Amino acid sequence: MDWRRFSVIALVIAILFTVVLLIGQARDEPLVIITSLMATTIAVATPLTLGALSGIFCERAGVVNIGIEGMMLGAAFFGWLAAIYMNTIFEMPPLLSLIVGVIGAILTGGLFALLHAVLSITYKVDQIIGGTVINILAIGITGFLNRQLFFESGSIFGGNVPHAPGVLPRIQIPFLVNIPVVGRIFEQQPVAISAILLVIISHYVLFHTRWGLRTRAVGEHPKAADTVGINVAFMRYANVVIGGFLAGLGGAYFTLESVPSFEPLLTNGRGFISLAAMIFGNWSPFGAWAAALVFGASQAFQIKLQLFRDVIPAQWAFLQNSYIVGLTPYILTMLILTGIVGKTIPPAADGVPYEK
Amino acid sequence: MTDDNIVLQAKGITKRFPGVLANDKVDFDLKKGEIHVLLGENGAGKTTLMNILYGLYNQDEGEILVNGKAVKVDTPNDSIALGIGMVHQHFMLIPVFTVAENIMLGDETTKRGMLDRQAVSTRVKDLSHQHGLAVNPEALVGQLPVGAQQRVEIVKTLYRNAQILILDEPTAVLTPQEADELFVIMRGLTERGVSIIFITHKLKEVLAVSDRITVMRAGRVVGTVTPKQTNQAKLASMMVGREVILKVQKGKAKPKEQILNVENLHAIDNRGLESLRGVSFEVRAGEVLGIAGVQGNGQTELAEALTGLRSTKSGQVTLMSTDVTGKTPRPIIETGLAHIPEDRQKHGLVLSYTVADNLVLCNYYLPPFARGMVLQQEAVDTNARRLIEEYDVRTPSPYVPTSKLSGGNQQKVIVARELSRDIKLLVASQPTRGLDVGSIEYIHKQIIAMRDRGIGVLLISAELDEIMALSDRIAVMYRGKIVATVPASEATREKLGLWMAGSGID
Amino acid sequence: MQSNEEQNNSRENPVKKLLKTAGNTMLVPFLAVLTALIVGGVVIAMVGGNPFYAYLGLFQGAFGSAKAWSETAVWASPYIFAGLAVALAFKGGLFNIGAEGQLALGAVVAAWIGYALPDMLGVSLPTIVHLPLAIGLGILAGALWGAIPGALKAYTGGHEVINTIMMNYIALNMVSFLLNGPMKDKSPGNVIARTPEIAESARFTPIFEGFRLHWGFVLALIVAVVVWWLLWKTTLGFEIRTVGSNPDAAKYAGINVKRTIILTMTLSGLLAGLAGVIEVTGLNYRHELGFSVGYGFDAIAIALLGKTHPLGVVLAAILFAGMRNGGTRMQFLTQIPVDVISVIQGLILLFVAADAIIRYIYRIRAREERLVLTRGWGG
Repeated sequence: MDWRRFSVIALVIAILFTVVLLIGQARDEPLVIITSLMATTIAVATPLTLGALSGIFCERAGVVNIGIEGMMLGAAFFGWLAAIYMNTIFEMPPLLSLIVGVIGAILTGGLFALLHAVLSITYKVDQIIGGTVINILAIGITGFLNRQLFFESGSIFGGNVPHAPGVLPRIQIPFLVNIPVVGRIFEQQPVAISAILLVIISHYVLFHTRWGLRTRAVGEHPKAADTVGINVAFMRYANVVIGGFLAGLGGAYFTLESVPSFEPLLTNGRGFISLAAMIFGNWSPFGAWAAALVFGASQAFQIKLQLFRDVIPAQWAFLQNSYIVGLTPYILTMLILTGIVGKTIPPAADGVPYEK
Repeated sequence: MTDDNIVLQAKGITKRFPGVLANDKVDFDLKKGEIHVLLGENGAGKTTLMNILYGLYNQDEGEILVNGKAVKVDTPNDSIALGIGMVHQHFMLIPVFTVAENIMLGDETTKRGMLDRQAVSTRVKDLSHQHGLAVNPEALVGQLPVGAQQRVEIVKTLYRNAQILILDEPTAVLTPQEADELFVIMRGLTERGVSIIFITHKLKEVLAVSDRITVMRAGRVVGTVTPKQTNQAKLASMMVGREVILKVQKGKAKPKEQILNVENLHAIDNRGLESLRGVSFEVRAGEVLGIAGVQGNGQTELAEALTGLRSTKSGQVTLMSTDVTGKTPRPIIETGLAHIPEDRQKHGLVLSYTVADNLVLCNYYLPPFARGMVLQQEAVDTNARRLIEEYDVRTPSPYVPTSKLSGGNQQKVIVARELSRDIKLLVASQPTRGLDVGSIEYIHKQIIAMRDRGIGVLLISAELDEIMALSDRIAVMYRGKIVATVPASEATREKLGLWMAGSGID
Repeated sequence: MQSNEEQNNSRENPVKKLLKTAGNTMLVPFLAVLTALIVGGVVIAMVGGNPFYAYLGLFQGAFGSAKAWSETAVWASPYIFAGLAVALAFKGGLFNIGAEGQLALGAVVAAWIGYALPDMLGVSLPTIVHLPLAIGLGILAGALWGAIPGALKAYTGGHEVINTIMMNYIALNMVSFLLNGPMKDKSPGNVIARTPEIAESARFTPIFEGFRLHWGFVLALIVAVVVWWLLWKTTLGFEIRTVGSNPDAAKYAGINVKRTIILTMTLSGLLAGLAGVIEVTGLNYRHELGFSVGYGFDAIAIALLGKTHPLGVVLAAILFAGMRNGGTRMQFLTQIPVDVISVIQGLILLFVAADAIIRYIYRIRAREERLVLTRGWGG
């Protein structure tokens, strides 16, 4: 992770936090504002982190995956559906239902990923088209089922959106949460915590295990891997499905951890922003996580500004407008992609179907 | 020669690809401790046979025997287990990995789940000392020179205890001296009981290094001989099936005015390293200047800089007294440049386009092919029919996509397009790479014809024989500089080889 | 004498050759649609509906009467433009997912010209001035929205997939802001985020009395022909296609690749903007928030179903328009929700993209080469 990129990240986050601080200090203690911003940043960066990790596993193995958005959307819906189903029909206790939901989300992600793998690896469909197909299918299926199951009388749930079993509870990390003032940051929900753990695990797997070495080989020079006896198709399939599981977990964040409800298209581009985070992080877990934090910070920025909208001074009134402020993550993504933060080098065989 | 001496045997191997019979009932055997050369021109089926023996392809018919026992070789894992190792023509190395990582890939040593890079490193160093193959386990392969990469490939096979080694065109990327060093290493290996199959199309080295020679042509084995029983001319005619004139017919050159002047050219390669470090030379009308040198010394970047495909850091390029330094391809082409590119499928052709469209790729926007913005299809068609006939391009029709043509005919399309324009300078980069003998002869004839018409020819080639046969003057490139320029009559293989390796400025 | 293949390949007897090629090329898309309808039928059955009645209603609503045809054609116009936009980009080797944003901006600008300009100028404008003005400025907006990611790709290598998607969200935010704020329809009782109706002088007049079919549809067909002519009969089209097939060879041959990429994206954005303009000037006479949602992906599906050829795009657009139009009737008759249409459309796209699956099912041999866009992320 080079210093240029690191300093850009630090700078952007510093700017965003400072603006909020300046505006909000009329209302709250500065330190409280900062810690609250950091806690929010970590939380909202969760789907971006997981999406980026998903992209990393797929692309390190050589398969471009722009269907992460669709995988997350599908996972968010089906995970939520599973949780509601368990809670309402089987009358499971809420926490258990939510856990089943998370598992459902993960599996849904894996299933969509399997479709992408079949299209890209076996049928050698152009991978961007394949990813787009996944996105379209996800939108269609979730929209259709959402309408069918929750808004049509005669369906299982009787035409109403049933009471959802809430969201996953916050977990307090022992010791760290007791640190005065900043302890708040260490109180996060399980998916958010898993995301951070998975960053560390992914880094270890990719760069220090046999699996990681072979995965990277297959994404850099699949023919070379083939000549030493590695099964290129299997490695690609497996890594894409792993990517699917990660994206599925990211989808779980939306409906099982963030807000207990589903809305069509609720992923709102987060899957695509994850790809930008992956590129910015140079296809490495820690790099992508740092980029995800920047985007998370821009969202925390947006959220907190809404909170403080009545104390925004007149000349900055445009900041009150959620449409304007909401542009931040998207413009940030485009800026980052221009490469002002330096060259990024994708895996050499990324996106190229392997033909023997 | 008893049969227990035979370590590897292929019987009746047949392999079909769509549209071509790559191997036709091929029989081949390898004795213990011998160097057996497999000779044939491009497309003869040598690499296919070896890929079958190594498990990358599966044969349609025939069987393989190792030490007398029939074996199934379905994947490289099988062949590796049987002690067969292969060093491919295009290296199977991952540039962003270290030497150790490349060597252990597929056979990784782990300690408690983690990759044990240390253990691999130690073993690599041991093998390195044992066989005299200098490699540094921690180096990044992408930064190693080509000769070092080849050593890594050989160590990779020895790491897996290979007793049978297949080398596919290993000297294509070496200087004559480095090739000699390789032969020494090979002899050392055979003395330790390793048996080697050596694939090449270069007649000179065959006689120097082989114990036996098997010649293949059009998918069949033509015959197996020992060096004593044969000579270059006989081998050549076995390879091609007819008398081959090994020397190119050409008259004396009559160079006239200066066409191209290159002064102190500096340029950077794709990795950000300096690849041209002050190159200066000139090309005159009616002469062939051959640039000799092992691939990777800046020739590719030089061709790109001259033809507008790469920007330059400093220096000047003058074409027909017009300064073309740093210009884009179109103005340079309009000043009179023709370029036969190194990679015909990447740069020279749009494979999905028809032959007719490829023939106007560089001048589609000029009359008669266009009036303003509108393409004139009839003119394109007439042009195509004329050029196909004139340059003898074998294609069923002008409207066939060029992807369907053979390598030789694809190159002919490029040659037809480039040479039929009103040109002053021809830059030809590796113009006969991967072609059959017939096409090679044809292109050589065209180059001499251009020269005789008064066009200046800059020939860049890694095939020393080609340079020596065609050039009137020869310049040698080493590490981004021209280290020597001599008239062809004064050049010998030894001198050129020394310069190519960067030593002995005489 | 000419062999069979030579006869096929010669440019004599173009009509026969066209029909034969058309038949071959249309086979797989046709079967893809058929298979998707079959699978869709299964889905309908699973939620308790009768697929036959459902499809009957669908067909009735789409093509069952003169009125149905008129409605289908009206809906097809923006689809044709959007599909052409994506198809043109594909031919240039670029993936324009930004049709949605380009369309929305084109629509908003056209709407503004349509309702605000006469008031601003204080005079009413004749149609011959007003309509072209709305169209011209609308497509300029779309072109700009396409040019930006095009320039980013050409000069920074930033991949157009992500950039166009980001531009979509930016456009959506901008349009939301406008439609909820300064451009909101202030007629009494209105709470919807939409513009006021545009003046009569800025509308495409209907062709026949009593039907909504308007001259914009004719314009769409004309533009399709223009795009075909541009791509295959001009030097610019040659450059676009060459850059799309092999940018390395294009550069080698002297084509200015950067300029071509920017031009391609600009033209693509222009066409998508035109789709939005048509919506406003021919379909709804205003722009409502949410209209453009889904157009981006629909355009991709139409472009791929039409094999990125203008003629194919027109046919595919009519099919999609028919499904959208017929879907409302289907829902009215059989209570099957119109969302099942989007599932079917997703399946159509799936089968078209993975045409190998269709070939396998129906045992057809592969003829042409695959469409390949992915060259990694560059950089």
